[in-house]
Amino acid sequence: MQAIFQLIATHRVLATTLFLMVFPWLMPYEALAINILIFGLFAMGFNLLFGYMGLLSFGHAAFLGMGSYITGISIVSYGMPWGAAILFGVIAAAFGGLVIGFLAIRTRGIYFSMVTLALGQIVYYGFYKAEKLTGGENGLRGVKVDPFNILGFKVDFLNPLVKYYIILFFVVIAIWLVSRILKSPLGSVMEAIRENEKRVLACGYNVAQTKLLVFILSAAICGLAGSLRALHLSIVPIDSLHYLQSGQAVMMSILGGMGTFFGPFIGATVMLYLEDVVTSFTKHWMAVVGLIFMFFVLFFPKGVWGSILERLGSQKGSSK
Amino acid sequence: MQLLTGVALGSIYALLALGLCLIFGMLGVVNFAHGAFFMVGAFLGVYFLGLTGNFFFSLLLVPIVTGGIGLVTERFLIRPLYGRGIDYPLLLTFGLSYVLIEVMRVTFGIEGLPSITPDSLKGSMNVGIGYFPKYRIFLIVMTALIILGIWFFIQKTRYGLIIKAGSRDPEIVKVLGVDVAKVWLLVFGIGTAIAGLSGILASPTRSVNPEMGIPILAESFVVTVVGGMGSPIGAVVAGLLVGVVYSLTSLFAPALAELSIFVLMAVVLLIRPQGLFGKSGFMS
Repeated sequence: MQAIFQLIATHRVLATTLFLMVFPWLMPYEALAINILIFGLFAMGFNLLFGYMGLLSFGHAAFLGMGSYITGISIVSYGMPWGAAILFGVIAAAFGGLVIGFLAIRTRGIYFSMVTLALGQIVYYGFYKAEKLTGGENGLRGVKVDPFNILGFKVDFLNPLVKYYIILFFVVIAIWLVSRILKSPLGSVMEAIRENEKRVLACGYNVAQTKLLVFILSAAICGLAGSLRALHLSIVPIDSLHYLQSGQAVMMSILGGMGTFFGPFIGATVMLYLEDVVTSFTKHWMAVVGLIFMFFVLFFPKGVWGSILERLGSQKGSSK
Repeated sequence: MQLLTGVALGSIYALLALGLCLIFGMLGVVNFAHGAFFMVGAFLGVYFLGLTGNFFFSLLLVPIVTGGIGLVTERFLIRPLYGRGIDYPLLLTFGLSYVLIEVMRVTFGIEGLPSITPDSLKGSMNVGIGYFPKYRIFLIVMTALIILGIWFFIQKTRYGLIIKAGSRDPEIVKVLGVDVAKVWLLVFGIGTAIAGLSGILASPTRSVNPEMGIPILAESFVVTVVGGMGSPIGAVVAGLLVGVVYSLTSLFAPALAELSIFVLMAVVLLIRPQGLFGKSGFMS
């Protein structure tokens, strides 16, 4: 058992990819699997900032939404090809991350959460009011991707399984990138900032710059999740910018295990699967998720995956 | 005229931010369920008003009920989290806000309730520069009274002294033989009671629905950031300022009204990151 976990931990990108390859067959239907894939990526981008650097942002919906809207607008209003549209979505989100991050990192602790929440709401109102481009309250409609050819194979987005693998391709790139960042010196500095910011500063690292850089990276990954979501849903709902959406990323990270590599995806799976099951027999899903979340905060603050890791760690300790 | 409307709106913000600020200053907890308590206050206010027909009676009853919910929350949900890091109580209250919203949906339906202005406060009166709705004047006066009351409670009573000392250094207060846990319980209760009170006070001026607390939470965060975290004076002044800025922009550029207060916050952050009345380094 221990050896398996060790193996998974050392080849985490490969392990995740292999698992996600068979994932659609484990879920009741493909749309749910795609949703989990996208929100797992969203939570992973968020976790980069929260789990690894200790900055609790409540404004990450802004980046998800920016990615979605810019991708959507590029396709609907300017008729761009979908690949370029994704690129634009990610760039827009990264730029948004630069602006919001620049303001937000001037504050610390709880203040940071409040400021990111408030700045996220600016983006919400901004897109809400720009009705001509974004469709306002009704959301942006008609984000269509025409069938195209790759290496002679005809690819049609209307086939959910095909769509799943196309999206998976982008998600795997992002996962690889995150894994690479975490293993780099930057990753170590991030975790050091989480543990003791003043000491990192005293060691001569530029804390403010690191924070801003990670904020932008995190925003870009969330933007990618948003871009993919626009292609998946073929509409962009205005709710994707709302801070309750940011709250979802927070919840998924906590449920799965913050500061762990697999945690966000596990959290997304648990939450969206439960939502699917619960909404089939009651409308009041929010109360259920709220209670589950409070239960986890009180009794399992490390989340599902974090608790498993901790259990394994203590076994290791006792066997010595 | 629009200035006065702004002050009326600002009173609500000031009250909400004051509650947040009391809880934060004392417990170090940011109450993400504050908007939800506001919403519960509005719902119960309208409900009690329909039941008893007396606005002033429900004005008394609502803070008692929301304060009661607050007491239970602190005792059973937040207390186990002290000493476990600053983010956990915040996350917990965020979960709580989901539950409160859904409970109100189950009880009163997703449509919300019609807001009622009490008969005695309907109509408008001459305030020297023109006619102004009576209810808003009542709102401003009530807020002033509540804020004065809280000020008196904190500055002039023995309990206030303990609260002030406790927010400076809970360890020493504990050593001096005061049961700090009880004080924390009380402060959370007072904070949520004020949130409920502002909910019922605001209910005649806006639509009462389960989602009404969501935007107000973000707005009261803006007020707290502008005023400076943990500064009661800052909360009140910034509350009024934000209210005035909001109504003035909605007069000149209605489309930008919601945005204006966030822009105000961004400007304050750039110039004075600790807020207008905040002490620098307080948050580190």
